[in-house]
Amino acid sequence: MSETSNANSFSIDGQRIPFTPGQTILQAALAAGVYIPHLCHHPELKPHGSCKLCTVIVNGRNGSACTQMAMPGIEVENNSPTLNDRRRVLLQMLFVEGNHFCPGCEKSGNCQLQALAYDLEMLAPHFRHAYPVRPIDTTHPDVWLDLNRCIMCELCVRASRDIDGKNVFALAGRGVDSHIVVNSPSGRLGDSALSIDDAAVHVCPVGAIMVKRVGYAVPIGERQFDEQPISRQVDYLATRHIPIVPVAATEER
Amino acid sequence: MSQLETAAHPETLRRVAIDPVTRVEGHGKVTLLLDQDNKIHQVRLHIVEFRGFEVFIEGRPYWEVPVTVQRLCGICPVSHQLAAVKAMDQIAGYGPLTPTAEKLRRLMHYGQMVQSHAVHFYHLASPDLLLGFDSDFTRRNIVGVALDFPEIAKQGVLLRKYGQEVIRHVAGKRVHGTGAIPGGVNKALTVAERDEMARDIEQMIGWTQGAIDMVRRLHETNPGFYNVFGESAGNMMGLMRPDGALDFYHGALRAVDPLGQTIFDQVDYADYQQVLQEEIKPWSYMKFPHIKSLGADKGWYKVGPLARVQAATYLATPLAEIERQKMMALGNGKPVHGTLFYHWARLVEILHAAEMIRDLLNDPDILGTDLMADRGERRFEAVGVIEAPRGTLFHHYRVNEDDQVTYCNLIVSTTNNNQAMNEAIRTVARQYLDGREVTEGLLNHIECAIRAYDPCLSCATHALGKMPLTVEVIDADGQLASSLSKA
Repeated sequence: MSETSNANSFSIDGQRIPFTPGQTILQAALAAGVYIPHLCHHPELKPHGSCKLCTVIVNGRNGSACTQMAMPGIEVENNSPTLNDRRRVLLQMLFVEGNHFCPGCEKSGNCQLQALAYDLEMLAPHFRHAYPVRPIDTTHPDVWLDLNRCIMCELCVRASRDIDGKNVFALAGRGVDSHIVVNSPSGRLGDSALSIDDAAVHVCPVGAIMVKRVGYAVPIGERQFDEQPISRQVDYLATRHIPIVPVAATEER
Repeated sequence: MSQLETAAHPETLRRVAIDPVTRVEGHGKVTLLLDQDNKIHQVRLHIVEFRGFEVFIEGRPYWEVPVTVQRLCGICPVSHQLAAVKAMDQIAGYGPLTPTAEKLRRLMHYGQMVQSHAVHFYHLASPDLLLGFDSDFTRRNIVGVALDFPEIAKQGVLLRKYGQEVIRHVAGKRVHGTGAIPGGVNKALTVAERDEMARDIEQMIGWTQGAIDMVRRLHETNPGFYNVFGESAGNMMGLMRPDGALDFYHGALRAVDPLGQTIFDQVDYADYQQVLQEEIKPWSYMKFPHIKSLGADKGWYKVGPLARVQAATYLATPLAEIERQKMMALGNGKPVHGTLFYHWARLVEILHAAEMIRDLLNDPDILGTDLMADRGERRFEAVGVIEAPRGTLFHHYRVNEDDQVTYCNLIVSTTNNNQAMNEAIRTVARQYLDGREVTEGLLNHIECAIRAYDPCLSCATHALGKMPLTVEVIDADGQLASSLSKA
């Protein structure tokens, strides 16, 4: 290995990954076609490091691939049974601490949580379901907020703040009481500044924020994760844009 | 009150329970109360679980409902999806469906009829009919049929598969697909998919005709038995076109009395509460609907294959209509009410559905791409009704301005047949068990009467699970006298 290539590359599971200075391990990996499981990362938003699905072992120490910068010569362990076992447990905890009922959910097939669970072969929840009582906010004319399905990745918080410039969403409470709150005088979505063409409406990786009146318009078999498991869709994960759906299109549904 | 519904002094009687009833969909049990001479005093069909779908659907968005409610059942999910979506078409404000959308929904529905009826006739009921009601119960199942009648078992499996493939092509999945959405359907049919279905349809029609012949020959071996087994003359109801033809997908309500005379006809199903009323009895989770004008005692009615093919003026496909007439000829001008005729009528309906599938596949509209209707004003209450494989299925919803479901009432086919099934098993109890030593074979006669209705007990109370059978005989002192189990 030459010094030059070593200066601009590192290894994941023994595979050499080139990077440009300023890239995180996750960004460099995705750009090189290497999959690292993740939920709270989106290429158009700043890293957050909250879901911990992308935790890798960097030179023997745990770290989030989405927040840790790529450095020359580091050795990263990613696709190992130990790490995938931990990721599966994280997913199981996410499933049991919310109310995720895939059979009737419009997001099914487009849902990253579901796609990860399939890909990491999560066969059962393992933990006892918490069945929390969480509110549904239906007051917005075009957007449905169902906190039963929220995984608190804060993608909507970041999108509203950094792209839409509105700060409609925020995380409140601590620990098990953490929950998304809405920035409006009444606390209801219908009284907030949220608009259907905001990035915050379309960034949700699960079925917590949904465009109203759209139900299964895209058939089974044609949804994002129907054809290929999420781990084989690295290009999509690296380059995807937040799909802003114009108002007219949703009213057609 | 029906004879044998409630014994005068139950405390003096011993109780026999068939718990749960097997080879039906869902959980149910039958209790019999007998005196020391084995005279029957009380017979009841109970549905033992409760799921509460009507309640937990409240608060959900209306566009989720057609997909969520089909989880009521794994055998005829399409029926629930279509009944719900017919209501949600109106809630969402859509006008009439495009010809292609309606035909694709019909195609899916007829596929559902074929697969559900095939499961029922071949997998669940044929072991009794072909091997004998009191044959060795360890072999009285579809595997036993496959050993003794391999060709029939194979045809049953492939007929079911055909129906499921039709569903898959329209809905995306064999079970719990998403084809119908408020306003239309979400996917056009490809030429390759159409051709694949067209390739085998004549074979399906031929096999079904063969099965009808088989049932006719079976009847000829012992007409006295088949004509009267579980015979209970009740009113009959179904969805009909304006010309009186039976229509599985859409029509208006018609009810006839046991002699075939009209009670009401062409009633808009949205007004079902004007002609039907539900009664609650303290001993059952399942409601008892009846025809309002006749009252609770005389107003009970049957739905499903035998009821609707006899309530109809005719079936709109030639082969099935011929077979319907041959079956009805056995009544000498009156409707037949022997419970086992349900199986015969069910096969006639498979034939009708298969002919409808063939006609749809030959219709150029089926390959159309105009899938969604025009959208108008939102509505806040709607009823969707369909003829599900087991009978008339009602879905009634109210939705608020924020798109949340606020009210849901489901009257499923099996609930419509609640009193009819109770009447049938009381007749069987009188005919075969009264005064005799209770045996497994005799108890199976009761199950055979229930099975003929093909009840979907999980739909009826929204129950879920599998069913081993345990029969316990309890003596007059409440002590367990004997127990019989089968897995």
